[in-house]
Amino acid sequence: MSVTTHDDVHGHGHDHKMSFADRWLFSTNHKDIGTLYLIFAVVAGIVGGILSLIMRAQLMYPGSHLVENGQAWNTIITAHGLIMIFFTVMPALIGGFGNWFIPLMIGAPDMAFPRLNNISFWLLVPAFALIMTGLFMNESGSGWTLYPPLSNATYESGPGMDFTLFALHLAGVSSLLGSMNFITTIFNMRAPGMTLHKMPLFIWAMLVTAFLLVLSLPVLAGAITMLIFDRNFGTAFFDPAAGGDPVLWQHLFWFFGHPEVYIMILPGFGIISHVISTFSKKPVFGYLGMAYAMVAIGVVGFVVWAHHMYVSGISVDTRAYFMTATMVIAVPTGIKIFSWIATMWGGSIELKTPMLWAVGFIFLFTVGGVTGVVLANASIDQVLHNTYYVVAHFHYVLSLGAVFSIFAGWYYWIGKMSGHQYPEFWGKLHFWTTFIGVNLTFFPMHFLGAAGMPRRYPDYPAAFAGWNYVSSIGAFVGGASVIIFLIGAYKTFTSKAPALADNYWGEGATTLEWSVSSPPPFHTFEELPVIR
Amino acid sequence: MKALRHRAAAFAVAALAGGLAGPAFGQAPVLRVPHPWQMGMQLPGSPVADKLQTLNYWVSILIVVITAFVGVLLVWVLYRYSAKNNPTPSTVSHNSTLEAAWTAIPVLILVAMFVPSLRLVYYEDRTHDADMTLKVTGHQWYWEYTYPDSGGVHFDSYMVADEDLKPGQLRKLAVDNQVVLPVGKNIRILTTSADVIHSFFVPSLGVQRYAIPGRTIETWVRVNAPGDYYGECNQICGMNHSSMPISVHAVSPGDFKAWLDALKAKNSSASLGGASKMMPTWAVASEH
Repeated sequence: MSVTTHDDVHGHGHDHKMSFADRWLFSTNHKDIGTLYLIFAVVAGIVGGILSLIMRAQLMYPGSHLVENGQAWNTIITAHGLIMIFFTVMPALIGGFGNWFIPLMIGAPDMAFPRLNNISFWLLVPAFALIMTGLFMNESGSGWTLYPPLSNATYESGPGMDFTLFALHLAGVSSLLGSMNFITTIFNMRAPGMTLHKMPLFIWAMLVTAFLLVLSLPVLAGAITMLIFDRNFGTAFFDPAAGGDPVLWQHLFWFFGHPEVYIMILPGFGIISHVISTFSKKPVFGYLGMAYAMVAIGVVGFVVWAHHMYVSGISVDTRAYFMTATMVIAVPTGIKIFSWIATMWGGSIELKTPMLWAVGFIFLFTVGGVTGVVLANASIDQVLHNTYYVVAHFHYVLSLGAVFSIFAGWYYWIGKMSGHQYPEFWGKLHFWTTFIGVNLTFFPMHFLGAAGMPRRYPDYPAAFAGWNYVSSIGAFVGGASVIIFLIGAYKTFTSKAPALADNYWGEGATTLEWSVSSPPPFHTFEELPVIR
Repeated sequence: MKALRHRAAAFAVAALAGGLAGPAFGQAPVLRVPHPWQMGMQLPGSPVADKLQTLNYWVSILIVVITAFVGVLLVWVLYRYSAKNNPTPSTVSHNSTLEAAWTAIPVLILVAMFVPSLRLVYYEDRTHDADMTLKVTGHQWYWEYTYPDSGGVHFDSYMVADEDLKPGQLRKLAVDNQVVLPVGKNIRILTTSADVIHSFFVPSLGVQRYAIPGRTIETWVRVNAPGDYYGECNQICGMNHSSMPISVHAVSPGDFKAWLDALKAKNSSASLGGASKMMPTWAVASEH
């Protein structure tokens, strides 16, 4: 066997002999599974995005009847929330980039449990089918928070609600298995010499995320099981008529639900750190502070859940505690924002597409972060709770935070993953249309919320018409940006440009994935790299 | 901006008057509804809303300044340290003073915000010497208002359907029977629900509590001036979630007593006659 290229060494004898089913259905290769996750996330993201366009079309004018009634509306908002969280952001950041780059960045040949990895992905597919069934049956109109009694058998009697709950069970098991795999891989399979304090920040982010998942998802699973029992087997965990308590659900749900929002953003923090460092040609500023800020956010994130319940009748001292704890999170988050800026300070910045998304992320995440501090005030939240101000806040940190980090990662790594570089023009056009679209969509929602417009409304008083119209226009611009993304992706994959260098970003990119070819061979690091 | 300035002015006046804006009798009734293209909160109509909006005003200024600071820094850094203006990157990756500063300064800012906010949380909680109690029960999809101090007299309040709107009534906000409250009185509000969770939310009065079946939750309000205050159900409660608005009609204590007496009389004669038709509140209130 002649040794000429990486492909010759590693590639032959593996992927060329595999059938389609062997490679893509029974895959145990972290890169292939990562690819499956990314494709899944794009498909689910388009479905969730179509739902948001339907919602914005309905809300464009007061009194519109595009969505036939309130029940149909409620199932749409439920499906939009669950799809975007469990089937778009999490698969893209955790399943997609996590699978692809954890082994590559720590110099491991693959994940610790390759077959577990396969079932993690394939559990998501039936889960998505169940969510869609709940949507099409028009029987899951409780909002993604699934508060009983609205989600119990009396008020949502059809099996569509049960399908939705089972979908979350499956998606939850999928994430649990995935995070056990990540934790084991990161703790045991780092290349010789890579101590925890030398780990790339993306790995730190994924480690903290995996711990959050392992600790919070079982609580959701328990709550869902109790709700399924209430619905089908006559128990009364959440039914006050038989001694249960609807507020118990809120505690259990948000004990999962609040860490969940950090689960969605921490991997993004990791990606942004690498992109900022690469394009500033400087090492990350305050590496240890950055790593432990994420650990701190993860830990404190577990003890702030009832800030979602300020008006649920929890006692005033409890409100005071949760307000205090919640405000604490602003400190590590601030450390991250300023450290990113300090990383750029003194650098030699090239504003390529991934960097554009990363800088956009920093600014828009700041906007979403400061409105989070406003909402943390139990005093002010008394009139902002459940209004469009909240919708604006969480879309700024997710739709503009997490999603911007996904696109930063996409443009940063697509050349590495596919071997084809993205077209710079389409990448930048994609950024600017998205930037304009999402800001036009979500910024006016602050005004609507401050004026008192409740969320989850299919219709509203005439006074709210103006900003809703602006917001809908913004959503259509955002919808157009997805088409630009798809055009850019098509041009990337069909590009005839010569093969990319291993490290096509140059001196700024220092992590191990840049030491393998683009695309990497089917099996990498069969000989372990040594970190000095 | 106008609303913000008004709020600051209201705060100054309230501060001069010893922090307690008294009931404003003799004024033209106020109308508290959202306005087209409104950017801030509705004008406050209670001491809680006053204090809450004043805090929100300062906090909003603070977050705008912080966001602008981050934005300006980013633009400056992108310009000053672009590959063109700074071809050779520095290798600095630590600065303990700087790191301590951007940990400590946010802490100080948060404490400055936290102290007044915490005081307000306790102020908002409940009134310890209530003049009266209003019980609010959420139903799919209407509100039931009970006056427990007045023999438990109660009535239901439904949204006025589009086809029944009279001139001057606001679509999706107008109700058939407004809840009537006296101005200047400390009113204990108890919320509960007969079916699913709802949320009793009147933004201009600074009031919001969930209405949860099997639980009774307490909050309070003191309405500053006579007039009409509007809110909407603020927790998803099924297909007509957006069709159960709240409309508060605040009147002088004298008018309130007369209205309540008329309601009680009407109620007892109605129950004697076996009918359940309630007199519209606006008709009773306008007799004075």
